[in-house]
Amino acid sequence: MNIAVCVKPVPDSKYYDQIKIDPVTKTWDRSGIPTVISDLDKHALEAAISIKEKHGGKVAVFTMAPPTMKDTIMQALGMGADEAYLISDRAFAGSDTLATSNILAAAIRKAGNFDLVITGNESDDGSTAQVSAQLGEWLEMPHVMNVTKIDCDGSSIFVTAKQDNGSIDYEIGLPAVVGVTRKVNKPRFVSIMGLMKAKQKPFNVFTANDIEPDPNFVGLKGSPTQPGGIASPEMGRKSEKIDGTPEEIAKRIVDELYKAGIK
Amino acid sequence: MEIQEKKNIYVGVQTTQTRDIRDFMMEINSYKNILVFAEVGDDKVCENSLELLGEANRLKTMRNNDSWVIAAMVGNDVKKYAPTLFGYGADKVVAFDSPQLENYRSDLYGAALAGIINAYHPEIVLIGATALGSELAPTVAAKLRTGLAAHCTALKILENGQFTQVVPAFGGKVLGDIYIPNHRPQIASIKAGITKKLDFVQKDGVVEDFSCELKGFDRMKVVKVEKVHETCKSLTEADCIVVGGFGIGSKEEWTKLEDLASLLNGANGCTRPVLDAGWVSNEKAMIGTSGIAVRPKAYLGIGVSGAAHHTCGIKDSGLIISINKDENAPIFACSDYKVVADYKKIVPALIEELKSRK
Ligand SMILES: Cc1cc2nc3c(=O)[nH]c(=O)nc-3n(C[C@H](O)[C@H](O)[C@H](O)COP(=O)(O)OP(=O)(O)OC[C@H]3O[C@@H](n4cnc5c(N)ncnc54)[C@H](O)[C@@H]3O)c2cc1C
Ligand SMILES: Cc1cc2nc3c(=O)[nH]c(=O)nc-3n(C[C@H](O)[C@H](O)[C@H](O)COP(=O)(O)OP(=O)(O)OC[C@H]3O[C@@H](n4cnc5c(N)ncnc54)[C@H](O)[C@@H]3O)c2cc1C
Repeated sequence: MNIAVCVKPVPDSKYYDQIKIDPVTKTWDRSGIPTVISDLDKHALEAAISIKEKHGGKVAVFTMAPPTMKDTIMQALGMGADEAYLISDRAFAGSDTLATSNILAAAIRKAGNFDLVITGNESDDGSTAQVSAQLGEWLEMPHVMNVTKIDCDGSSIFVTAKQDNGSIDYEIGLPAVVGVTRKVNKPRFVSIMGLMKAKQKPFNVFTANDIEPDPNFVGLKGSPTQPGGIASPEMGRKSEKIDGTPEEIAKRIVDELYKAGIK
Repeated sequence: MEIQEKKNIYVGVQTTQTRDIRDFMMEINSYKNILVFAEVGDDKVCENSLELLGEANRLKTMRNNDSWVIAAMVGNDVKKYAPTLFGYGADKVVAFDSPQLENYRSDLYGAALAGIINAYHPEIVLIGATALGSELAPTVAAKLRTGLAAHCTALKILENGQFTQVVPAFGGKVLGDIYIPNHRPQIASIKAGITKKLDFVQKDGVVEDFSCELKGFDRMKVVKVEKVHETCKSLTEADCIVVGGFGIGSKEEWTKLEDLASLLNGANGCTRPVLDAGWVSNEKAMIGTSGIAVRPKAYLGIGVSGAAHHTCGIKDSGLIISINKDENAPIFACSDYKVVADYKKIVPALIEELKSRK
């Protein structure tokens, strides 16, 4: 079983409350926030590694990111992935999800034959939850998102996909693409030993010349969605303090609730 | 909109042609009307889809009513829901009924909705960001090679006619405008609770049957469908939501919030750590980026710190009151009233006060 896992390096979500928007340049400032593997991608890695442990084969990590993200990819190798593909080129900058998935699909095709592609359901930073299904479309493979359970017998996968009013179980003959949620497993930790071994594992870099994505959908120019201005959401309210004894406070709260039309 | 050079426009599934600018504009302008994907779940049309019909009507007015609101349904025996869709604002209903569409599969539903879009050429498509919709939307956008804005918090039409979608990033800390200038349709996914449904008005309309070839994967099979039926009041229907955060401390303490909510004829909501801790089992009670957005008349937050991941889902609430023992809790900045105290002192007093007023 050859399994591809898409891993996105993101600013650590613990610090998102510190992200500020520069009023002049209208860009966000994430300085000082460490980069980590997007949370669900660790679950994707765990799923891939445990399937490999049962059925043999290899786990390859695919990351489209600037070259500075190498350390984060080493973490994925440290967890137990066997090789990494860093897909990096200025031409890829500004890619929306259609372009990102087009590029990732081209890299996965180029790297070899994969039986299974696992992604996080959504990333921590962009969180569009669009790349997984779109990757499936570009690769022309069946795809399932919102996966809470995954089993594999070597030629098919058996997955449970969460729905708003329950769930659906699918059996899918490989190859296929799945997007996993936090429910799917508990990711293992990266050990020091693992990180040492990671240094010996193949680390490949693909640039625009190495892969053949649909040239119409690459980078900002090839992205159907174009970004406009950014802003912080307007959330401020008057924040009036209610003081007094617990009984006085309770009375005031109930008064305000009733005034707002609660009965 | 100024376009200086030759552009590519992608119409339909994977046909790519280079055309000159006038053809390009004609092609773009040939896309008209607003299509809403009307999802059926639990033997009724999803609330989220009804809300989107309301939003589509708002956009239609901004297009000088020179547009149709088309509701597209996909499934097996779904045409019967058309009266509901007309009542909530659809001008036309397109129904793709087929036994093949009995259960949701991304390949078949994707092919079905892409087929409808290819036939009706809407300029805008709205899809509810339910579990099903969040997968169907990117699937269809990729099949049509067009743009999709994720989990929009607002839709606008600018003075120059440009459709603009506002999307969140970094857990709701940043909002960005998204345009889809050169591709059609412009697709938006929107969570439940963000837009408003219209009041139901009994009304007739045109129902059109639709079908096309459903190309799917033979190797993909549905083996089991499990439905859970809601036992508790849905948060989107409640006037008052009592939300507890991790500060509540234990499952035993949590029951007090349930008492409080029932005295207020409201519902209980929670933050993600509460769901993770298992104090609440109903996943639909989680509010925020990974949960639902709510707009009750009143939100009472207790032991909630106020991370952007959570507050982006409550900002449209009428009244916001929060209780937290930490004077600097970020939740206070987005509250109308704040109580800086140990909730264990306040909640029993609240329960007594409410009982005394019954
Ligand atoms: C403010 C803002 C708003 C945006 N809004 C939109 C929008 O509405 N529509 C749109 O099309 N694009 C949008 N984008 C662009 C989008 O964030 C990028 O295309 C991004 O590369 C992928 O999207 P995501 O992080 O949301 O991925 P998701 O679809 O949320 O990611 C799911 C999974 O895909 C994999 N994955 C995603 N990116 C990579 C990567 N670079 N390398 C390896 N694996 C990856 C991971 O496994 C990840 O867990 C927006 C960007 C910003 C900054
Ligand atoms: C990708 C991602 C998605 C996420 N999605 C969501 C989401 O959809 N919804 C969501 O809610 N979170 C989400 N989170 C988590 C979010 O970032 C916060 O961690 C979470 O909202 C915090 O929950 P909390 O306020 O209950 O807990 P905490 O942050 O632990 O806050 C507890 C609060 O209780 C107060 N407190 C403690 N004891 C008492 C007492 N006796 N009396 C009064 N006050 C007390 C404390 O002062 C503190 O402010 C997400 C995180 C990530 C990374």
